[in-house]
Amino acid sequence: MEETTSTSAAGNGIVVVGASMGGMRAAEAARKAGYQGPITVIGDEPHMPYNRPPLSKEALAGRPDPAALIFRVPRAAQDVNWRLGTTVTAADLTARTVTLDTGEVLPWEGLVVATGLRPRRLPLPGPAAGRYVIRTLADAQELHEQLEPGRRLVVIGAGFIGCELAATARKLGVSVDVVAPEPVPMQRPLGDLLGQALQQRHEAAGVRFHLGVLPVAFGGSAEDPDAVGSVSLSDGTVLPADLVVEAVGCATNVEWLEGNGLDLSDGVRCDNHLRVEGRPEVVACGDVAKFPNLLFDDIPRRVEHWTMVTDTAKRAGSTLGRHLAGNGEAEDVFAPVPSFWSDQYDIRIQSFGAVGLGTEDIRVLEGSPDTDVVVGYHRDGELVGVVMVGFGGKHAQYRTLISTVGQGAVPVRPTAPEPV
Amino acid sequence: MKFTVDMKKCQDHGQCVYSAPTLFALDDLGKLTFREETDGLYESEEVDESLRDDLEEAADVCPMQAIEVLD
Repeated sequence: MEETTSTSAAGNGIVVVGASMGGMRAAEAARKAGYQGPITVIGDEPHMPYNRPPLSKEALAGRPDPAALIFRVPRAAQDVNWRLGTTVTAADLTARTVTLDTGEVLPWEGLVVATGLRPRRLPLPGPAAGRYVIRTLADAQELHEQLEPGRRLVVIGAGFIGCELAATARKLGVSVDVVAPEPVPMQRPLGDLLGQALQQRHEAAGVRFHLGVLPVAFGGSAEDPDAVGSVSLSDGTVLPADLVVEAVGCATNVEWLEGNGLDLSDGVRCDNHLRVEGRPEVVACGDVAKFPNLLFDDIPRRVEHWTMVTDTAKRAGSTLGRHLAGNGEAEDVFAPVPSFWSDQYDIRIQSFGAVGLGTEDIRVLEGSPDTDVVVGYHRDGELVGVVMVGFGGKHAQYRTLISTVGQGAVPVRPTAPEPV
Repeated sequence: MKFTVDMKKCQDHGQCVYSAPTLFALDDLGKLTFREETDGLYESEEVDESLRDDLEEAADVCPMQAIEVLD
């Protein structure tokens, strides 16, 4: 074997922690970048990597089917060793090892952090049974069994997941109440204008919103005091409930990296090559990676968009594969166009750019919020993001507009303090 | 190399168009143009090897995973 910069660990292979889409794509990218050593992908779920977005949408409406959601393993990743149903409990970035829940210690010469997120749970008193979250295939399978016509669902949280779930449940004939502290659903990701417009469409479909209030306790049901029967709100309202879904955002899965001196306050901090705090042999990707997107500026941020998982995984896997194969680092800058979508009823919401950077200056660019609309989000007068309801024929045009925000390569703004 | 698109899965997200603009296109209504040919399984002509990266990228980023690359 040729000598590389990490001779002592050479031959120990790459360990990818997290066996979802990001882990798989990072493994593939490391191979494509010329890495020849063994690659092991470790994940705590029993399934091969699968597609998560349908879990709050069409897959939840029918019975969630693993076969329909599991990805084809790419050609370049056919020789990857999969360790499924296995949890990594610790990592030592100096000794270059990970420790598994079996007690086994695996050495590595390269590490990919792809552990993603887990749903937050509400620390509220009351029974635990009848309370659900939605992140994994198992979550969706469990929840699907509960979504029968006429049952009373209380969704806590009015973000995309909460609202998609409300729409799916209404289509199934479930009674739906949505509870959230913000005054407008989807306010943080979309702003007031579109949030209010979408609220009206939900209300027309029969969803009842309880906004500007917090849940304070769960009550037991008359038949079974150990199962949820109601949700008490901060304004004194008591909502009857046969089941509750907590859709109140996610926490990063980073505890296994503690003890290595990393800043883990909001995922793992990466450079533009997705190297973790400058370490050439440790990269991160997906929802857990906090990185600077030079399309907008050089401030590291986490991005919880499905399309960004593949973008960051390819960058991270390539960075690591090139380094370990002695091929140096990529010369291009990483400036992907962020993109997300949401399906609620027959409405497709499609976004390009960094909407969150421009919610202080929102303008209607085309159409009307009551029907089909294109909304622009601006920072210092510059368009940084768009959200479209309808206007399918114009997606490409607006995406192109966003992709030229920073001329695709050059940071458009100097470093500024992180907004609070 | 060829590819297929399962038009029953496809929901016209258009991500394939951004990855492989020479192989995929949306019409004026934002629908994938292959829809005009079939509502079942679209099968492409032979694709030049030079477009492999673009095509694999398109298959990867399809939110519905409707595109399959056939070697």
